[in-house]
Amino acid sequence: MMLLIVVTSCNSDKSKGSQEEVAVYQCPMQCEGDKTYTENVTCPICKMDLKQVDAQVKKSEASDEISGESIFNLTSKWNTEEGKEIQLEDLKGKTLVMVMIYTSCKAACPRLVADMRNIEAKIPKERLQNLNFVLVSIDPTVDTPKRLKDFAIENVMDDEHWTFLQGTESGVREFANVLSVKYKEISPIDFSHSNIISVFNSEGELIHQQEGLGVDNKETVEAIIQLTQ
Amino acid sequence: MKTKVFSLLLTCLVFQTFMFGQAKEMVLIEGSRYLPLYGRDSTVVAVKDFKMDVYPVSVEEYMTFLKDNPKWRKSNVKGLFADKSYLSNWESDLKMNESVNPNSPITNVSWFAAKAYCECQDKRLPTVDEWEYAAMADETTKDARVKPDYNARILSWYEEPRKELIIGDSPKNIWGVYDLHGLVWEWTLDFNSVLITGESRKDTDKDSNLFCGSASINATDLMNYAAFMRYAIRGSLQAKNSMKNLGFRCVKDVNELK
Repeated sequence: MMLLIVVTSCNSDKSKGSQEEVAVYQCPMQCEGDKTYTENVTCPICKMDLKQVDAQVKKSEASDEISGESIFNLTSKWNTEEGKEIQLEDLKGKTLVMVMIYTSCKAACPRLVADMRNIEAKIPKERLQNLNFVLVSIDPTVDTPKRLKDFAIENVMDDEHWTFLQGTESGVREFANVLSVKYKEISPIDFSHSNIISVFNSEGELIHQQEGLGVDNKETVEAIIQLTQ
Repeated sequence: MKTKVFSLLLTCLVFQTFMFGQAKEMVLIEGSRYLPLYGRDSTVVAVKDFKMDVYPVSVEEYMTFLKDNPKWRKSNVKGLFADKSYLSNWESDLKMNESVNPNSPITNVSWFAAKAYCECQDKRLPTVDEWEYAAMADETTKDARVKPDYNARILSWYEEPRKELIIGDSPKNIWGVYDLHGLVWEWTLDFNSVLITGESRKDTDKDSNLFCGSASINATDLMNYAAFMRYAIRGSLQAKNSMKNLGFRCVKDVNELK
């Protein structure tokens, strides 16, 4: 088993096969989540006309090459708050706004979470479908998918465009290094960590970082708006 | 897919045997509790038993790794995992500078590369606490930090003009480990622990307003300037950085379930 992990870590040079570039339609209300259709019919649930999925998204899905600077090069496995196992590459195609928190945190994290919501509030609603706000847990032992889901519901962050991730200790350490986030466990329930919100384009390349708590998010919002145009 | 995994497994196994064949010895470091320069609230930390590479990874060993893992060659490496200084003193992908002794420690490697190297051998990078624990020993004592000449000797390393770096040139410590001091600095697994980093100044929890100066007041042993330097270096690094005086060695857990 151990060896298998080693092998995967030694060989991560795989890239996913390219998808055909055809017109893709999706319900504007996302009644069926991310489900897409190749024909322009109506949504079977809300009966609305389907909308063609944004060209930028389509383009990024079609290209199979990941750039060297992309976080999608990380092959660690993560669990979402819905209990789904994913790799970061599965987040490809949407602009990502990422932050590292842990749910038992009483000091900085509630403010970091508030910062994320403040950013979200400044984004025009119709752009949210091209966005994914991702909260990555620093504390993978405590923050199980269930706990993350509870946290999401409690903080009214359970919409489609919010994602919570539980990783492995080494996966989290690696991810923090990509974000230049520094953290240390200072007691079994407390971590000390730096407060950085990072914006990635749909290819997983770092575009902007906002450091500190309660800082002016104008630049961050601008970066996101530009990326979702 | 299965056959692919299997062949990879085989490659890694062969590679591993080869690496161990190169007298890549490890020694047992018996764990204990100790007070590091920076601990949790200046309390003791517990280090479990672990095995540590006797020597830092050499240029020659790293070359073998590059032969087997093309993606870590300098022309292939992803920008996410290594910046431009990665292997910058290498003439080409598999050729080091002629003048460099193959038995000198590999440097100019990023944290990601060091981590991958260790994982490929079923090992890992040491934690800061583990590294510091092993490194506080001298030839005769497990904790030599109280000896004045322990610090003086490490500090004299900083003053010395640079000479050729050869692994295993200086005496081994009581555990049987060579070159923790006096050769190159070494990567640690959790070097990105927040403590005396730039970011931590902005943190609002316990370490709030931790300025460079006040950081040293947190240190448990103000005389331990050498250790302070190491923590400071760690705090200033990013995982994709590499430096010409920063190498690494690997460790392994003991009693690991196979």
